[in-house]
Amino acid sequence: MHRRCLLLAALTAAALFVPAAAHPTDAKLKVVASFSVLGDIVKTVGGDHIALTTLVGPDGDAHVFEPTPADAKAVAQADLVIVNGLGLEGWMDRLIQSAGYKGRVAVATAGVKSRSMDEEGTTVTDPHAWQDLGNGRLYVANVAAALAAADPADADAYRTAAAAYTAEIDAKDKWVRAELSTVPAAQRRIITSHDAFGYFGAAYGIEFLAPVGVSTEAEPSAAGIAQLLRQMKSEGIKVVFFENMTSPKLVQTLASEGGARVGGTLYSDALSPPGGPADTYLKMFDNNVPQLKAAMLGM
Amino acid sequence: MSALYDLLAAPFVDFAFMRRALVACAALSLGCGPVGVLLVLRRMSLIGDSMSHAVLPGAAIGFLISGLSLVSMSIGGFVAGVLVALASGLVTRATQLREDASFAAFYLISIALGVLIVSTRGSNVDLMHVLFGTILAVDDHSLLLVSAIATVSIAVLAVIYRPLIVECFDPGFLRSVGGHGASYHILFLVLVVLNLVAGFQALGTLMAVGLMMLPAAAARFWSSAVWSLAAVSAAIALLSGYLGLLLSFHFDLPSGPAIVLTAGVLYLLSMAVGSQGSLRQNLIARPHYES
Repeated sequence: MHRRCLLLAALTAAALFVPAAAHPTDAKLKVVASFSVLGDIVKTVGGDHIALTTLVGPDGDAHVFEPTPADAKAVAQADLVIVNGLGLEGWMDRLIQSAGYKGRVAVATAGVKSRSMDEEGTTVTDPHAWQDLGNGRLYVANVAAALAAADPADADAYRTAAAAYTAEIDAKDKWVRAELSTVPAAQRRIITSHDAFGYFGAAYGIEFLAPVGVSTEAEPSAAGIAQLLRQMKSEGIKVVFFENMTSPKLVQTLASEGGARVGGTLYSDALSPPGGPADTYLKMFDNNVPQLKAAMLGM
Repeated sequence: MSALYDLLAAPFVDFAFMRRALVACAALSLGCGPVGVLLVLRRMSLIGDSMSHAVLPGAAIGFLISGLSLVSMSIGGFVAGVLVALASGLVTRATQLREDASFAAFYLISIALGVLIVSTRGSNVDLMHVLFGTILAVDDHSLLLVSAIATVSIAVLAVIYRPLIVECFDPGFLRSVGGHGASYHILFLVLVVLNLVAGFQALGTLMAVGLMMLPAAAARFWSSAVWSLAAVSAAIALLSGYLGLLLSFHFDLPSGPAIVLTAGVLYLLSMAVGSQGSLRQNLIARPHYES
């Protein structure tokens, strides 16, 4: 009786170890990207050589993300973690520490000339650097370098993909400038409910006005809204936009009282779900730029 | 004279959003004044704050069914709030547990359920942020909703006034003369939820609860008859709304907190120098008139 139990236990233990031995090591590099825009860039450069997990998905808010145990598991098992930096992911350090991840953390905005902005009276670094396609080139270069360092065997593939992508980005940048060049200087103003277009405005020469600051949580004051309405009326602004994440009520109020109509949806902090109008980094500009141009030309 | 006009009236004359905010405050004051007073008298003052959490599972289910639709989320939130209020009311009447503990138990179950439902969906869009508005962005639907709720509240309270007051102060007597105390109590709870949920959706949690409880607490120091308590409470709420909006306009302060803090200051003043049971009455010795 005892010998049979012992034999059964030994066989079971052996059976448990066999699958582990028979498992081939995964050939793909396990990469974790922090949010959807960055994830799209990493996917384009990495292609089939990587297994990508994106933490903050489409339509998600990277400023106030709360990681789940599944996210911690993905980070713990990753070979490489890529973040935006510039203060976008305040939660990333804690997640990396609690997941026990000891590997490389690549910052996509290394070398970017950062802007600062006013958030409720304090000056903070504006993290939305990807809105300027010139910075997009730096993102691709940093991502390619990080992938090549983590996976030298496929370094050539990453370099080739990065070069092709950079060419696409250059073409898109030229297109954006051409499109926006038809808007006269006096009309280059846009109102939107989320102040995430600092880099876009600086790069392409457009002034963005907003009733609330960078955070999606700020409560508005009557004086601020009154000032914005006065400005809208005096400068004849015809179209108001809202983001794909924030509440549209405030912008509706501005639109109805300021005599403007509500424009379409602009994508700034997150991509749309797959199949939507802005499900890749470059398609985000395809969605935003024509609407901005039409709004500024008063159409 | 022109300076006074610029200070007190010009903001409302020049801007439509200020006028709408003031009207919304007025409607909310009329609805919440009487309801808040009755809550204070029944020692259910913290219900308002808890209710803002209790509506979460209803809003979450509304979100699951039809996405970010304000109508479905509001209806879901209202149903959840009513269920929690009803369940706690029934438990209070049927068992030995009192109102406050039974409400606390149900609202905690409710919020945990709500968080669970939101988490399984996998989206981190802040549902409550979308559901709860701000007084500076009151659209036509919200204005009509708050006004309708105020009208219904006053009408219903007028009809059930006497049995409800007797039920508050002497439920045993009401039972002995055959009155349906439980139904009036439940009807009152439904009115509370209606006012709160409509207030949340139009004006945000801070404003809705603040305008319900602070003026009611302040009114306590000015009168003792229930009907005049309700009137004073509504007047204080309206005054807080007006002054708070002016503060937000002239000093660039966020509007919700400005209005609630104004109500708070009025409460502190009432507590200090009110005509009934205030600190002035109780701490400063006054001569007793003897015949």
